[in-house]
Amino acid sequence: MYGFEAMTFNIHGGYLEAIVRGYRSGLLTAADYNNLCQCETLDDIKMHLSATEYGPYLQNEPSPLHTTTIVEKCTLKLVDEYKHMLTQATEPLSTFLEYITYGHMIDNVVLIVTGTLHERDVQELLEKCHPLGMFDSIATLAVAQNMRELYRLVLVDTPLAPYFSECITSEDLDDMNIEIMRNTLYKAYLEDFYRFCQKLGGATAEIMSDLLAFEADRRAVNITINSIGTELTREDRRKLYSNFGLLYPYGHEELAICEDIDQVRGAMEKYPPYQSIFSKLSYGESQMLDKAFYEEEVKRLCLSFEQQFHYAVFFAYMRLREQEIRNLMWISECVAQNQKSRVHDSVVFIF
Amino acid sequence: MEYIDRLPSMDLMRSEKMMLAQLIIPVESAHRAVSYLGQLGLLQFRDLNDDKSPFQRTFVNQVKRCAEMSRKLRFFKDQIHKAGLGLSPHPASETDIELEDLEVGLAEHEHELIEMNHNSEKLQKTYNELLEFKMVLQKAGDFLMPDGNHSADHETELDENVHTNNDYADSASLLEQEMQPGMSDQSGVKFVSGVICKSKALRFERMLFRTTRGNMLFNQAPADDPIVDPASNEMVENIVFMVFFSGEQARKKIHKICEAFGANCYPVPEDSIKRRQITRDVLSRLSELETTLEAGLRHRDAALNSIAFQLTKWMNMVRREKAIYDTLNMLNFDVTKKCLVGEGWCPIFAKTMIQDALQRATFDSSSQVGIIFHVMDSIESPPTFFRTNHFTNAYQEIVDAYGVAKYQEANPAVYTVITFPFLFAVMFGDWGHGICLLLGALVLIAREKRLGSQKLGSFMEMLFGGRYVLLLMSLFSIYCGFIYNEFFSVPFHIFGSSAYKCRDATCRYQFVPQMIFLNSLFGYLSLLIIIKWCTGSQADLYHVMIYMFLSPFEDLGENKLFWGQAVIAVPWMLFPKPFILKRLHTERFQGRAYGILGTSDMYSDEEPDSARHPHGEEEFNFSEVFVHQMIHSIEFVLGAVSNTASYLRLWALSLAHSELSTVFYEKVLLLAWGYNNFMIRLVGLAVFAFATAFILLMMETLSAFLHALRLHWVEFQNKFYSGDGYKFKPFSFASLTDEDE
Repeated sequence: MYGFEAMTFNIHGGYLEAIVRGYRSGLLTAADYNNLCQCETLDDIKMHLSATEYGPYLQNEPSPLHTTTIVEKCTLKLVDEYKHMLTQATEPLSTFLEYITYGHMIDNVVLIVTGTLHERDVQELLEKCHPLGMFDSIATLAVAQNMRELYRLVLVDTPLAPYFSECITSEDLDDMNIEIMRNTLYKAYLEDFYRFCQKLGGATAEIMSDLLAFEADRRAVNITINSIGTELTREDRRKLYSNFGLLYPYGHEELAICEDIDQVRGAMEKYPPYQSIFSKLSYGESQMLDKAFYEEEVKRLCLSFEQQFHYAVFFAYMRLREQEIRNLMWISECVAQNQKSRVHDSVVFIF
Repeated sequence: MEYIDRLPSMDLMRSEKMMLAQLIIPVESAHRAVSYLGQLGLLQFRDLNDDKSPFQRTFVNQVKRCAEMSRKLRFFKDQIHKAGLGLSPHPASETDIELEDLEVGLAEHEHELIEMNHNSEKLQKTYNELLEFKMVLQKAGDFLMPDGNHSADHETELDENVHTNNDYADSASLLEQEMQPGMSDQSGVKFVSGVICKSKALRFERMLFRTTRGNMLFNQAPADDPIVDPASNEMVENIVFMVFFSGEQARKKIHKICEAFGANCYPVPEDSIKRRQITRDVLSRLSELETTLEAGLRHRDAALNSIAFQLTKWMNMVRREKAIYDTLNMLNFDVTKKCLVGEGWCPIFAKTMIQDALQRATFDSSSQVGIIFHVMDSIESPPTFFRTNHFTNAYQEIVDAYGVAKYQEANPAVYTVITFPFLFAVMFGDWGHGICLLLGALVLIAREKRLGSQKLGSFMEMLFGGRYVLLLMSLFSIYCGFIYNEFFSVPFHIFGSSAYKCRDATCRYQFVPQMIFLNSLFGYLSLLIIIKWCTGSQADLYHVMIYMFLSPFEDLGENKLFWGQAVIAVPWMLFPKPFILKRLHTERFQGRAYGILGTSDMYSDEEPDSARHPHGEEEFNFSEVFVHQMIHSIEFVLGAVSNTASYLRLWALSLAHSELSTVFYEKVLLLAWGYNNFMIRLVGLAVFAFATAFILLMMETLSAFLHALRLHWVEFQNKFYSGDGYKFKPFSFASLTDEDE
């Protein structure tokens, strides 16, 4: 019942909403980032992080640190928090929380399949997978030779199975159709998640549809930019766009026929929310587009905490932490490689 | 005046007088001085480098080294714990070692330990592999039949041949040592055998089925013993499997799946004679490895034991060192970089002790220059420090949980010592239950020494911390119980008929906390009571108060104290108070303004960093103060009425308690006693005892405790207690223990 969540929300969701808001207050602030950017070595970063909520996760690491260790431990914290919330959650929140991980699951499937295609060691690939996107039989992905086998052997047991109906072909796997598979799966996932949120109704539906629409539109732009100059036909490209979002359907028509970045820009500038993103970039440039999109996303995610009694805060928190870990990774890399002048290139401040 | 001077000092009533002191310490004696101060534990350093991030401070490297050392110590502790050894509780009485030596020593120990772990892990892995191989060989024999000819109809004989194989395995002679991959050329059927974790077995089988499209046969048998997984150091239950299939493609796929599932495959020869040879071989190698492993383990345990002997001491030492450097990081370098300048709060009585410690530090580090210690003035409010003992500590904690007293503010803990147990007892008045509580409290106090030295669970710790509260609570309950005439809800006429009946007593004893409460208000209210006492009027104070507000001009009948009291009292309470307070306020502000002027004149040439300068002058705003006081007085009047009503909970809970115990007494105990059956009486007694212990003694105690707490925090303390001070947290080694665990 829209507008009346306050009456019943706290019966099941109140505890976890409090938990997630508590977690959110542990996010690094601009002051933290400023201090981190001044660090000279990775040990300094560890020392600074030891005063934050990452402290317990890093304190037992021996001294010559590596960027991967920092990122791994920070991710571990996120995973621990996620698992804690998932075990406490009841329906439909638990399903909602599970939906959040499907994106990582798709990425992991693609990572393993691409890796085996290039004959990498499976164990090595498994270490690179995001822990949130792990599922039981993920290692057996290496056995599959084509999409049909991939589906029949492994993915039929995972929640990704329904998303696969679009891309079952008997072709052998190669880089191109793996990438198409990734985008098809992601499209199906986003649409499914969108429908699920609509079904939940109330403030969750309202805020999540906004956040997911942004995600879908960003993917549409990225697909367009990445497919410029490849063999992907306009029709195929059109098929990869999700069927919702601000750009749907007229924006998709325009994006489908774009041949260079400036045409994309022309199409996007008709939409006021994206106008401000593109106005930050100079013509012909697409390098900083990612950062601009991330900044806009972080802004929207933070705003979702302004409202109460809805599930979007869980989604927003997970995304914000992931952004924070990306920031930490970038800062650590810059510090480790002595490239401190570039440290601000990719860090997106959250507060 | 003489009489007042002879009174005992009011330690608990007013917090200790504090002073802000400045220390100028030469660099060479700084470490020692700080460590002596830490032992003394009476100086709270102020952080003078607040604007610097942790890694920009002076002693950052030392702090990092300490953190690294404590990481190693945690590693040792973890290892010792895993090996099932205990730490020696008493720190070894060896001579102190230098921090540098300790650092080197720790690094050596860690290196040694890691190497030993690595070696034993490798050995353990080999051992486990052999163990698994042994199991596979034994089980495979069952699958393949002892004489090993046709693998097609092995299924039927599987169960019958379990026992025969083991006997053969031991008696056969060792002829060949090489291992053959398990293949059979007779029927084109091949097999792969191995070991897999039990939890994965089902998925493994399903995956095999799907991959081979059902053209395989999966046999499994549970392994005999669980095996330690070297990765996680946990016991894992495994199963032995054997997959039969045909075709080269299938073999590749099955191998890939085994790899993906982390199943260990072992080649098993189909020939039973060879199998026995290999089994013999494996068994002999296993026993060899076992002795090696045991020797390694003994060696490691010895090393860990020697570490465990000193670990507590090392941990204390590193913790102290880290605290010292953290404190040193709070100090500033002076201009010449030869001295450290620190500021801190200390109680005035500790001045000589601190000076003494500083002198010792100068002497012990044979420094040429002494440490300068002088007192500074401060505008900032000093921290609050009460010297408590075992007895008063718990009560102080109760008050601090609400808010720490402002510096030199009257401390409600003094009253709480008596009022808290008393209010509790009013709700819990039953001397039978009181005696039970008293016994519990006495047990805790009698074992104080023993319990205080060991770690307790969170619940026990709470009980133990409040043991003196519990003691007084139980004594007061016994007292109230006598007055209420209640013993497990049974009226007990110890004082004969002169004792008050329960409800009378309740009413009467509601009246006394009422008095405590009212006394804490302003003179007007207490005056009323004193008049009432003096005149011996029969007026019910409730009626006086309530009707005073409801109908000030009506005749109050016998409740009337004296004519027109309400007419005078209400405006008296409402109007002059804000004005008087306002005037007081004005005076205070003026006084402070002069003070600021005076001090800033005197010290205008000091460094700007110091605390003695005001951080911003408080503007005196007449209208704001006035409005604030108006609101405050209205709140006060309303609060006086509503809070009075709050004290009704005393009556309510007391009634609830006595009714509940009556129910248990009459409906359980008496009912059961009515039957002339021993069993029923026993059951009734048991139920009664259970209900008394858990519901009346535990739950009711908690609820009465909670309400007493609320009455203190909300109704009592909000009348006079601002509680916006901050606690005195001296730099002290004693408070460091187990902080980071």
